[in-house]
Amino acid sequence: MDWSLPLNISTQGVQIDNLFWLIFWLTAIAFVLVEVGVLWFLWRYRAREGHRARYTHGHLGAEIVWTAVPALTMIFLGIYSGRIWAEIRSPDSFPEDALTIDVTAKQFEWNVTYPGADRELGNDDDFTIRNRLEFPANEPIVVRLHSEDVIHSFFIPELRVKQDAVPGMAIPIWFEATEAGEYQIACAELCGNGHYSMRASVIIHEPDAYERWYDEQTGAAQTAAAD
Amino acid sequence: MATHSAQAARFEQTSFAVGDKKLGMWVFLASEVMFFTGLIGSYIILRWGASSSWPAPNEVLNVPITAANTFLLICSSVAMVKAFAAIEEGNQKGLKLWLLATIVMGASFVGVQAYEYIELVHHGFTPASGLYGSTFYAMTGFHGFHVTMGVLCMIWVLGKAMRGHYTQENHQGVEVIGLYWHFVDLVWILLFTIVYLI
Amino acid sequence: MATTTAGPTGIPVREEHHPQSFIRKYIFSTDHKIIGIQFLFTTLFFLLVGGLLAVMLRFQLGFPGEALPGGSMLPETMAPGGIILPEFYNSLVTMHGTFMVFFAIMPLLVGVYANYLIPMQIGTHDMAFPTLNMASYWLFLVSGLIMLASFWMVGGASGAGWTQYAPLSATPEASGVYNGQILWCISIAIFGFSSLLGSINYITTVINQRAPGMTWLRLPLVIWALFITAILGLLAVPVLTAAVIMLMFDQTIGTTFFLPTDGGQPLLWQHLFWFFGHPEVYILILPAMGFVSEIISNGSRKPVFGYKSMVFAIMAIAFLGFIVWGHHMFQSGMNPALGMSFMITTLIIAVPSAIKVFNWMATMWGGAIKFTTPMLFAVGFVMLFTIGGLSGIFMASTPVDIYIHDTYFIVAHIHYVLFGGSLFAIFGAIYYWFPKMFGRMINETAGKIHFALTFVLFNLVFFPMHGLGMEGMMRRIYDTSRYTHLAEVQDTNTMITWAALGLFASGLYFMLLFFWSLFRGKPAGVNPWDATTLEWSLPSPPKHGNWEEIPTVYHGPYEYSHPDVEKDWLLQNERPDVVSPAHEVTVRQGEA
Repeated sequence: MDWSLPLNISTQGVQIDNLFWLIFWLTAIAFVLVEVGVLWFLWRYRAREGHRARYTHGHLGAEIVWTAVPALTMIFLGIYSGRIWAEIRSPDSFPEDALTIDVTAKQFEWNVTYPGADRELGNDDDFTIRNRLEFPANEPIVVRLHSEDVIHSFFIPELRVKQDAVPGMAIPIWFEATEAGEYQIACAELCGNGHYSMRASVIIHEPDAYERWYDEQTGAAQTAAAD
Repeated sequence: MATHSAQAARFEQTSFAVGDKKLGMWVFLASEVMFFTGLIGSYIILRWGASSSWPAPNEVLNVPITAANTFLLICSSVAMVKAFAAIEEGNQKGLKLWLLATIVMGASFVGVQAYEYIELVHHGFTPASGLYGSTFYAMTGFHGFHVTMGVLCMIWVLGKAMRGHYTQENHQGVEVIGLYWHFVDLVWILLFTIVYLI
Repeated sequence: MATTTAGPTGIPVREEHHPQSFIRKYIFSTDHKIIGIQFLFTTLFFLLVGGLLAVMLRFQLGFPGEALPGGSMLPETMAPGGIILPEFYNSLVTMHGTFMVFFAIMPLLVGVYANYLIPMQIGTHDMAFPTLNMASYWLFLVSGLIMLASFWMVGGASGAGWTQYAPLSATPEASGVYNGQILWCISIAIFGFSSLLGSINYITTVINQRAPGMTWLRLPLVIWALFITAILGLLAVPVLTAAVIMLMFDQTIGTTFFLPTDGGQPLLWQHLFWFFGHPEVYILILPAMGFVSEIISNGSRKPVFGYKSMVFAIMAIAFLGFIVWGHHMFQSGMNPALGMSFMITTLIIAVPSAIKVFNWMATMWGGAIKFTTPMLFAVGFVMLFTIGGLSGIFMASTPVDIYIHDTYFIVAHIHYVLFGGSLFAIFGAIYYWFPKMFGRMINETAGKIHFALTFVLFNLVFFPMHGLGMEGMMRRIYDTSRYTHLAEVQDTNTMITWAALGLFASGLYFMLLFFWSLFRGKPAGVNPWDATTLEWSLPSPPKHGNWEEIPTVYHGPYEYSHPDVEKDWLLQNERPDVVSPAHEVTVRQGEA
């Protein structure tokens, strides 16, 4: 098994991973302190002939120290995490004029609706492809999540992206891939008997390759519409 | 074994001033507050979070009859207060009469509610009538269930009163059922306001 | 039997003895000790059920697509030819969680030990409402049997996760489960009543029936923990009751509370469920922390370090526990600004838990530690709960949670706090109070073997799950082979399954040891652990009504190794100057 996070190909992922490892080191310090401390005390203060336990009910100074240090650490983590959270989720931080793609989850597939040649969602030239999400690298992308039936969750591990898709709601998220490649969407919320197999392909193109793919698709869609 | 009064004196150092049954009822009522908060809170979230506005109450519900019914329930609380006052003075007859009045008014309240339900269903307004139907029947239905349970307990208390169980010195049971009854009344006043009036 | 009724001031008054039939004494008993023991046998059975369900789901994860040994006994709708179907797997996952949370851990902590210990530790004859107490047990049993029955329904048992997110849980067409889902809701509603009756009893009894001298700050930490837990239950469980009834209505009579048609909100279910669910997890840990304080103090022969801080921490955890529920919903579509506020409250709630861990360590510091089986489990709790608590910090941070939400990192966290935490403390409590309950000891060596096996195997099963979560393995996944990013996890899953089988076997070993000791354990004296709380002044087992005469309490609950007393413990109803007349002792009023 691999004790590391998957390959990160996302701008947001850099911040998430850094925060993960920061928390890892802080908790590792606490972990060593407590576990070694406990084992040490078990040995050092074991019952021995002629030795009586120390009769004390506490010490205010100690209480203050071990309340303040965790509290300050948590406040620090809260502020640091809050900034990153705002950059990822705050409505103000969403990229303007980004390519917007609708993703509709249903038992047990992902239907991806792309804006047509006019690059705008919500009119007749939109086209839908089942189980394939294609977009360019190095460009912010907005995905609007929908669900037709139950709650699903849109999870792409390498992009460090996860968002529940809730029926009755349209939930936007944004991300930017740093390189091209092929990955998968995994459903991350129990949605029924096919939950374990609810995957879709994610194809991240080099920017110019994407234009070509897009033109092919819109051409195909127009032809289909015309028929 | 130590004498009762010596023990009593020692317990008073550590126990609350309120007896077990009364304290138990207050504790129970705290949980009931949370139960109704779950239902009523959901109603508030669903109604005021709805994208389209719900019909006005008087378009669907019979507000005048329910207003009268509300008054009836409040009167039953007054009767309950009088029942408790009676036994505080040792008035056995007053206790029984006012308990009976509370029961009659409480049962009538349930009866009128049941009649309203039948009328509403007749007109096509059921629990399956969208969110309005869902929340209306859930809240008023559970309240009605609580009133019914209250009436049944009150009948049991009346039975004990008929057998002379309560005295001027010892009538915790009357006080405790009274507490429950007033709570149920209060919940109704809140429900009536937000479901029928607003 | 002597009946206990409340006199005019609420003080228990004992009436005349009269003989009772076997049925009144042991089956329909109102004696809090018998009720506690009834809970114990019943919950150990449900613990076994929960463990068996875990073994079955682990089998599928470890050996995907293979036939479960003995699985051909299962119906075709669950496991044709013994091969577990996805729908059955979802039920296994759901019911494992359901049985463990509601029917094993919660009642083992509360139903057993609140009932058994509260009257004795505070110095009274029985609970304030003994008949309601009896009803609480029988309602619990009925609710558990209904939950078990749901497996036999057409469509099987619920498969929507113990968290039952709507619309999946409210839509039979989507989940494939019909009556099984309804029975789940009915069972939990009845369970809610059982819990309510218990809470009313525990709260009223602790407030009103403490013995003379048993002031609030002289209560054992077990009582503080159980008392605060009862308040949590009182206020949180009714919200769940309302929610499951609304869920049941959505499925049956056409309401749409959680269904998006006509404005219903799936997220409303999550808010209601987690408003209950978060206090619930503190219900699942606080009594355990109480046991650990008691056992570590006893095992170290020292007073609990920082008693007042410990009480403060219990209250802080309980209060804060009501305002963190949104941390289960960071990725739910909830307003991100709420994510910020819930993150802050969640990070803050780590602090009182940290305070407790440090105080336990400080209790051991300078002690004279005896390595009894209860002590091993209590120290094991501290070590494992710490890991669980620290992993919680990762998920408290909303950006990190984006990645680890709904992965095995969460599963690791849950099990470190609920098994490494709560269940270890429960094992410690079982070993510790077994002599008082049954008048016999569980053999120390046999118990230590149980501890060692459990500690090692538990870590082998659950520690790797942190890594699986880091790799992105999602929860509630029947088969990992469909995902490229999970190509490497099968070996780890298979190893975990083998360790889980071993862990289950060690649980069976414990059950055998428990039952064997009931009949053949070494007879226990009144106070085999040289402990200080009031129950240890009573015979093992105590008589009905506990005391002839209510004791008087002279000092705090953990007076170990007092310098002026020769023996290294002092019962709460022992006066130090009486015990050591040669020494002049002042134990100041109100001080521990």
